Amino acid sequence: MMPDIGHYALILALVVAVMQGVLPLAGLSKNNEKLFAFATPMARIQSLLVILSFLILDYAFYANDFSVYYVATTSNSNLPLMFRLAAIWGGHEGSMLFWVAILAVWTLAVTFFAKDLPLRFRSSLLAVMGLISVGFIMFILFTSNPFERIFPAPFDGRDLNPLLQDPGMVFHPPLLYMGYVGFSVAFAFAIAALLDGRLDVTWARWTRPWTTAAWVFLTLGIALGSRWAYYELGWGGWWFWDAVENASFMPWLIGTALIHSLAVTEKRNAFKAWTVLLSICAFSLSLLGTFLVRSGVLTSVHAFATDPSRGLFILLFLVVVIGGALILFALRAPSVGLGEKFDLVSRESLLLTNNVVLFTATGSVLLGTLYPLLIDALNMGKISVGPPYFDTVFVAIMVPGIFLMGVGPIANWKKASVPDLASKLKWALAISVVSALLVPNIMGRLSPMIFVGLLMAFWVMSSVFTSIKMRLNSIPSGSLKQKFKTFGRAYNGMLLAHFGLAVFIIGVTMVKGYEREHDITMQSGETKVINGYDFKFDGILPIRGPNYIAKQGQFHVSKEGKPVALLTPEKRLYPVQGAVMTEASISINPVRDIYISLGEELEEGGWSIRVYFKPFVQWIWLGCVLMGLGGILTMTDKRYRLKNSA
Amino acid sequence: MKSRHKRIAIIVAGIALLAIAATLLLQSFQSNLVFFFSPTEVAEGKSPQQGNFRIGGLVEAGSVQRNGTQVKFTVTDTVKTMDVVYTGILPDLFKEGKGVVAQGKQGPDGLFVADQVLAKHDENYMPPEAADALEKAQQYKQNAAAEGEVK
Repeated sequence: MMPDIGHYALILALVVAVMQGVLPLAGLSKNNEKLFAFATPMARIQSLLVILSFLILDYAFYANDFSVYYVATTSNSNLPLMFRLAAIWGGHEGSMLFWVAILAVWTLAVTFFAKDLPLRFRSSLLAVMGLISVGFIMFILFTSNPFERIFPAPFDGRDLNPLLQDPGMVFHPPLLYMGYVGFSVAFAFAIAALLDGRLDVTWARWTRPWTTAAWVFLTLGIALGSRWAYYELGWGGWWFWDAVENASFMPWLIGTALIHSLAVTEKRNAFKAWTVLLSICAFSLSLLGTFLVRSGVLTSVHAFATDPSRGLFILLFLVVVIGGALILFALRAPSVGLGEKFDLVSRESLLLTNNVVLFTATGSVLLGTLYPLLIDALNMGKISVGPPYFDTVFVAIMVPGIFLMGVGPIANWKKASVPDLASKLKWALAISVVSALLVPNIMGRLSPMIFVGLLMAFWVMSSVFTSIKMRLNSIPSGSLKQKFKTFGRAYNGMLLAHFGLAVFIIGVTMVKGYEREHDITMQSGETKVINGYDFKFDGILPIRGPNYIAKQGQFHVSKEGKPVALLTPEKRLYPVQGAVMTEASISINPVRDIYISLGEELEEGGWSIRVYFKPFVQWIWLGCVLMGLGGILTMTDKRYRLKNSA
Repeated sequence: MKSRHKRIAIIVAGIALLAIAATLLLQSFQSNLVFFFSPTEVAEGKSPQQGNFRIGGLVEAGSVQRNGTQVKFTVTDTVKTMDVVYTGILPDLFKEGKGVVAQGKQGPDGLFVADQVLAKHDENYMPPEAADALEKAQQYKQNAAAEGEVK
């Protein structure tokens, strides 16, 4: 009974979403102000219906209602509650419903927090979001209904993929989806501006906190996913340039370009058309990412052949949304205007370069991700693009960008001078070169890549401190504390995010440059010295988990007689799917991780074991968290809370 | 007039830079493409003599030999087979009789030295490349049978 109510709620939501999308736009074209009044209530009703539908499906997971086909395929009564509730986004149908539910959350947020927008603008904004919702709900109802029933209901479910049974599964998808879907708000802002023909400084000021919010979610979501892969996959890698990862990384890159371009639009009334185009691109890539990951196309492009309706719908939807938005852009962009002029050497042009760099980087990732799919779809064979392509190209593109990132915040708006910049940054450059040579000296090995990586990181860091110093000096009087108070959260947020990126680069460089991998075999009771640490293998303990059995290795790690950690990697067997899973065990500390995972039990006795030393690896995620915090600071700046008398 | 010249110079420089960047990008792309071949195709000499490529198929039952962290096994597409050697820890789902994809180089003695054996996450799920190899082998058999009938 309950699942049927969920299904009906979703159908009803579709009807309301159509009204939410069509009525305000009709009002806009007919200049009938009365129709605008529908936007907010319809948006709220639609959102609540979608959320209700989502909660009912999740209740089916809670109650182990295996008469729902989707529940029966992705859950199991032995699955711990936390994972049962999260299993809703463990498959295609549920994650599509989850996508619309997140859109509903953003829609509700817009109806409550964007009250100061003029009625006309807010109505078209909500209408665009309504139309996106229409597309997704139709996709769910016609091709991927999660409420489909199965008779007779199976006695138990087929269980969630053991790989997904991890706290990462509870937090990573919601954060990521909040990011993906959050760009729909920026997209709707852009489309509403094009429809309205209004694009000015106030528009940028309204859009900025929403875009930054989506970016923060996406940043944290990707970081969490990366960390999850690091400890769960048992390979010790944190980024694989896998198509699924690239799918989330591309909107992030464009989103990063967008928040910078929006800053220019707000501060200088420049880059206007470009900002709109980036908003469209960010959301288009989010849509592409969602479908790449969730449609099964990555497993095999020919998956579409078995269910052509799904593939056809996806392609149509992408064409309508992206094509429609771009056509509208082409028609209306000239009326929006390019904005204020600026000099060749200025903060504007540095930010423009930043945008070009990020755009090119996105293009190179897109090429590497889609090309193999295209070749496969054309039956021209199977290929894969090796991670070295992404590594080389990405570093080559980003290095000049990161160099300019150190210059940008120091440069004046409109017109800056090169000699002036050079004199302001000469100490920053000297300090970063010296540090980049000093650190490898301590670590014991220097290579060009390590030098470049560290140089970039220290360069950005010292530029952040130069910015702070310059800003303090520019204030004539007052104590240090009073001076700091004038900074403003948006400015501090920017500095913090830049600093975070530097921390991230240090992590990446140190891991790439100094990680150690050892594949060894050990007998129970044996002690081996690896990388200066003593590893004593105390045998295997049998362990029983809620829905698995495991063999747990006992490794006492010590250095020069002092105990460091007890590491307990596991080999788990999940009987429902008959799947074996390796659980790594990691000793974490700020400057190094010791990572150990069990290989196989050998015929001659003992185990094959993999041990990694990962220097500074935690800095990678720490850097991402700092970037996220920087974004949050920026969002909460005073000027975005002021009522706009527009 | 002067500012116009300046602008043209900047645009030309920009285009030149972009062209160089694009060339380098595509070059790197080209050199990092890894192609896939089934054991039958390898036997027919279609795979590169030097450089990396991927093979896939089923791990032949009873073929896995372990020696410390070194593993030898045979990959089959049911028509032809290939011997593979890999040093390191195999993914959880590596099993005799199951699908596998390996990336590496083929030595002059025909032994495929894998530097990567791909992990796939789902017990029931066959790596697409492996499935592809088996499908091709099936076609090959059918073609061979058809030719035999004609003869």
